[in-house]
Amino acid sequence: MAPWFLDLVEITFRSLIVSVSAVILASALGIPLGAWLAVTRFRARRAIVAVLNALMGLPPVVVGLVLYLLLSRAGPFGVLDLLFTTWAMILAQIIIVLPLVASLAHQVVRDLWAQYRDLLLSLGATRGQRTMILIWDARRSLLTAMLAGFGRAIGEVGAILIVGGNIDHLTRVLTTAITLEVSKGNLAFAVSLGLVLISISLVTSIALHMLTRAERSRPW
Amino acid sequence: MVRLEKAVVARGTAKMLGPVDLELGHGGLTVLMGPNGAGKTTLLKLLHGLERPRSGRVTWDGIAPSEQAFVFQTPVLLRRSVRDNLLLPLRLRGLPGDGAELAQSLGLSSLLDTHAPRLSGGEAQRLALARALITEPRVLFLDEPAANLDVPTVKVMEATIRERADQGTRVLLSTHSASQARRLADEILWVENGAVHGPFTPDDFFDRPSEVIQAFLEIQT
Repeated sequence: MAPWFLDLVEITFRSLIVSVSAVILASALGIPLGAWLAVTRFRARRAIVAVLNALMGLPPVVVGLVLYLLLSRAGPFGVLDLLFTTWAMILAQIIIVLPLVASLAHQVVRDLWAQYRDLLLSLGATRGQRTMILIWDARRSLLTAMLAGFGRAIGEVGAILIVGGNIDHLTRVLTTAITLEVSKGNLAFAVSLGLVLISISLVTSIALHMLTRAERSRPW
Repeated sequence: MVRLEKAVVARGTAKMLGPVDLELGHGGLTVLMGPNGAGKTTLLKLLHGLERPRSGRVTWDGIAPSEQAFVFQTPVLLRRSVRDNLLLPLRLRGLPGDGAELAQSLGLSSLLDTHAPRLSGGEAQRLALARALITEPRVLFLDEPAANLDVPTVKVMEATIRERADQGTRVLLSTHSASQARRLADEILWVENGAVHGPFTPDDFFDRPSEVIQAFLEIQT
């Protein structure tokens, strides 16, 4: 098998590992956070929701820069030795995806809470029971939020380039590899990488579309 | 059983209900009547604890919120099967039961595996009633439970509600329908512009109504 093809497979596989891991971890934190913000009333709630919404537009390059400073040897978390590893890239993508997933989860669960509120309060459901019921019943919309997060993560380049370093066979992913190959003038390989990235984005979009249709047409 | 003392419900600067002074005893079926927006739903929710009084008090004597159940005007159904919706109150409290008898009495047996949001209006309201009854509540609130339903469904629901009231469940039901009030009521409360009048016996209410009630009843007929 041609070496370039093996490189392509390796880079694609690493991209998927990094972005899928980041989305799963960001969702594990962001969905309960969004649901909790939807069903709980306290003074700082609106401020937290506003901050989450604002963070959705966080520039990835700035995330990468801040994370670089924190993880570099001179930084407060330098001792963890995470810089230029896939862990640092996953961490960067979690920071980018988490506000998006949490904010979308908040909107979805808030709308469902408006429908279920009186019933669940009437039945005496505890806060934990309410949150679990809402998350379960909103699962399709929440999965859509996760896919939106994946779409953002897989196409991201600024942050992971800074904290990952684009090291061959270690931290190189589709977006950073495209950047490198274009700068080297190796356009054929850059286009191949781009086609794979577009295919992944297309599959994500089709999955989003099908989920939205399923939401309307039949239960699962 | 429950006492309201100068209870007021308000949202912002708008007063929705009150001040209400009212005492309701154990047993029987009380019907709340009144025009749209008069405060019937607010009164039911205040009694059940879904609304908090801006001022005044609501005091229940020996009946916990968990011994009460509420059927909403628009049935609130989870995006799950009919069975899951029916058994929800039991599962939330960790109680056993399959609700088979109740499902049969309300004509839901063949629908247990159906996705609840797909039910027709009548089926959804029967499910809401069955879910409210599954914990055998001591107090049952029904907010216009038969609005916009067909005659057979109304008959089934009324028979079930009457049966429960006769078995000792305290029932409070709001309705627009004078004929339904005649069929079901042991006593009637008249709610108008946030004020609560009564209770009246059905005979007093229908045979010796005040001018305002007379006008309301004439529109009904």
